[in-house]
Amino acid sequence: MSPLSRREFVGAGIGAAAGLVIGFYLPHKGESQKNSFSPNAYLRITPDNKITIVVARSEMGQGVRTALPMILAEELEADWKQIEIEQAGASTLYGDQTTGGSASIRTTWDPMRKAGASAREMLISAAALTWGVSRSTCTAEAGHIKHAASNRSVSYGELVGKASTLPIPSDVTLKQSKDYKIVGQRLPRLDSLAKVKGEAIYGIDFRLPGMKYAVLARCPLIAGKVTSIDDKESKKISGVSYVGKIGDSAVAVVADSVWSAMEGRRVLNVSWDEGPNKDLNSAAILSSLKQAASKKGANLYAAGEPGKASGRHISAEYVLPFMAHAPMEPGNCTAHFQGSNCELWAPTQVPQDCRDSVATAIGLDPDQVKVNVTLMGGGFGRRLEHDYAVEAAQVSKAINAPVKVIWTREDDMRCSTYRPASLHQLSATLDGMGLPVALTHRIIAPSITGQKGQPVPNNVDPDLPDEAGPVYGIPNYAIEYVMTETPVPLGWMRSVYALQAGFALESFIDELALAAGKDPLKYRLQLLAKDQDLAYFTTTWHTARMRAVLQLAAEKAGWDKPLPAGHHRGIACFGCFQTYMAEVVEITMENNQPKVHRVVAAVDCGQVVNPAILEQQIQGGVVYGLSNALRAQITIDKGRVVQGNFDDYAPLRMDETPVVEVYAVPSQEPPTGIGEPSLPPLAPALCNAIYAATKKRIRTLPIQS
Amino acid sequence: MADITLRVNGSEKQVSVSPETPLLWVLRDTLQLTGTKFGCGAGLCGACTVHVEGNPIRSCSTPVSQVANKNVTTIEGLSPNGLHPLQQAWLAEEVPQCGYCQTGQIMSAAALLAKTPQPSDEQITKAMNGNLCRCGTYERIRKAIHRAAGNGGAR
Repeated sequence: MSPLSRREFVGAGIGAAAGLVIGFYLPHKGESQKNSFSPNAYLRITPDNKITIVVARSEMGQGVRTALPMILAEELEADWKQIEIEQAGASTLYGDQTTGGSASIRTTWDPMRKAGASAREMLISAAALTWGVSRSTCTAEAGHIKHAASNRSVSYGELVGKASTLPIPSDVTLKQSKDYKIVGQRLPRLDSLAKVKGEAIYGIDFRLPGMKYAVLARCPLIAGKVTSIDDKESKKISGVSYVGKIGDSAVAVVADSVWSAMEGRRVLNVSWDEGPNKDLNSAAILSSLKQAASKKGANLYAAGEPGKASGRHISAEYVLPFMAHAPMEPGNCTAHFQGSNCELWAPTQVPQDCRDSVATAIGLDPDQVKVNVTLMGGGFGRRLEHDYAVEAAQVSKAINAPVKVIWTREDDMRCSTYRPASLHQLSATLDGMGLPVALTHRIIAPSITGQKGQPVPNNVDPDLPDEAGPVYGIPNYAIEYVMTETPVPLGWMRSVYALQAGFALESFIDELALAAGKDPLKYRLQLLAKDQDLAYFTTTWHTARMRAVLQLAAEKAGWDKPLPAGHHRGIACFGCFQTYMAEVVEITMENNQPKVHRVVAAVDCGQVVNPAILEQQIQGGVVYGLSNALRAQITIDKGRVVQGNFDDYAPLRMDETPVVEVYAVPSQEPPTGIGEPSLPPLAPALCNAIYAATKKRIRTLPIQS
Repeated sequence: MADITLRVNGSEKQVSVSPETPLLWVLRDTLQLTGTKFGCGAGLCGACTVHVEGNPIRSCSTPVSQVANKNVTTIEGLSPNGLHPLQQAWLAEEVPQCGYCQTGQIMSAAALLAKTPQPSDEQITKAMNGNLCRCGTYERIRKAIHRAAGNGGAR
């Protein structure tokens, strides 16, 4: 069998005349699989005509188990009904498997397309060779290769044997968006049926034969430690088989059921060394942010010289609290330590980090730790931490048996990692028309990455380049970051610093519009009137794209049309994770509190892979953002987190949920992030609406504090 | 420890547990019915909702001894043959995101429809307000309940 030349290969591709040709390397599993065609690690086709696509990101509700396979299936010209999915565990084949930063689609868009296209080209070659016809006369369609001239058709499954013997192309022609049949369709999620039947297995549902259950008593004080353990009462609880210290700050109670473990913990007596934070409280944290504000910050963005501008000067400060992710499925992980290896079943956004941290914690090499990724009941960034996995491995090692560690809701609320509290100082100089000739935004906040002991080059937290960019083409414009420190454990929570930056900037822009006596929409459009490219780290923000989403949101919301009596509106826009968002929030005031009736969201996230999932993500992000804006607040008293459950940390329920309409700007640009960008405009749009209703400006979140 | 008889999804089950054990953990750990979820342990989120004699209860806060000899229905037994109209409506309205709370949501909705076949928006809100969803699917839940009730998802 003569390998097809590269030229022939490319020239024969579907849509080759106009399509994009890209050279690439795709990972290969490297094992010969006799009865399947697996040209790369993302794909396996078997003779029974099943197509298995490997998803190397974690599913926490954002739809990757459907959206990522759609991208590959598009290029493969597969019949969507043939597709089965397989969840990848921690691997060396797929690069960084972290699921976060709204990055799953934007970072796998190219590899998934190439993985599908290369397989498609090999299947075309296999059919052409079988039939003895030219490749250029064969087409791929709905899981078959067809030869129109002779009216022949062969399924992908039937070509497995031949295709497996062919060379893997190093260049491949990708489809044009106008030819897409799967990408852009509202395909139902592949995992919804199991979810509505109660058959979906989340991390907390996974079980092993002989598995024990553990709950841990953790020091209620930040950075406190165990000094002594009295387990007499715990061991009287039926089913409790082990009580022992795990690390410096926790005691595990192991039993044969979750309830026995919880009961064992309830009667456990642990003495704690309260450590260095026993006097820490929220007021002290805020005052330390204010103190740090006098320090010079690192420049995130600098255009012109804001300090030299003359005109009318306006400034304001905004404050945001710590917040907790609180996904519905509490933390958990199952581990089975077996001497020279350890296997985990982890609901995690970071399987590779889990593998490495577990290896360090229990004295194994990373390749002796196998991490399987389970379905997750929400994540929102909480499962970017590896604490559950490390604890499960440590307990399994201590008892030499498989064990599931479960966190209660109170554990999750009080011993979590939190969105950093932050302070924002905004100042502007307005010209005679009331438009800002200069604007400075100073972000004063602790670094999440820095607290975790990872590098923070140039004192710029590495999240800020994705989350705190410029929105408007203001000639003298500075964004600064003052890095602070806090003992409160920090984590990456949905939209991370963009939530803070967007709230402060877009509240302030409203204040400027008011000072200028202008309509908040028209004021923003004036600031975006000129097409400008604003370079910010590796992203270039285009004022034209922001203007378009703002106009779309305003048009769909009927900004120019009168509202019913007592109704008021606010608007805001922001960009993060390379995506442009604008939102209009419509409220009434009831008992001095806002009641949100309607949110209109407009987005430009490039090519939309699945509009149904996009809508879900934005609707969910708006509701999550509204929870954050209204009530989400973690406070610290005597070194402890005050909140404990959904009574004192109360997310939105149905009665407070608005209708959320979602509109996407049609685009063939490469797809950008969508899990997080809907959050930042929500709080400022809401507070701007509250101002419209009450003439009261809210500069501190949460609104109901 | 006590031997307790339950009627779960139509079949009789004997369990030997301490009588104050919440029904949730008996369902999940003893009977391996994991469709009922743990969310808060305090009756605040509704993820653990099941029916006892047709009424929605929070199984995380209900001692198993209280439901001895009573009929308990979990998501697994809601519609043993094929999908319940609510489950079909949940799919049609594309409700689930992470899906974790949805079995509890469906059980609350099923109890509502059993007593109020054509609920108003207000009745839906009242019946469903105890069920939290962090993915923010509430408006789709509302539409799905209307759809299952046969009134077309109108608000």
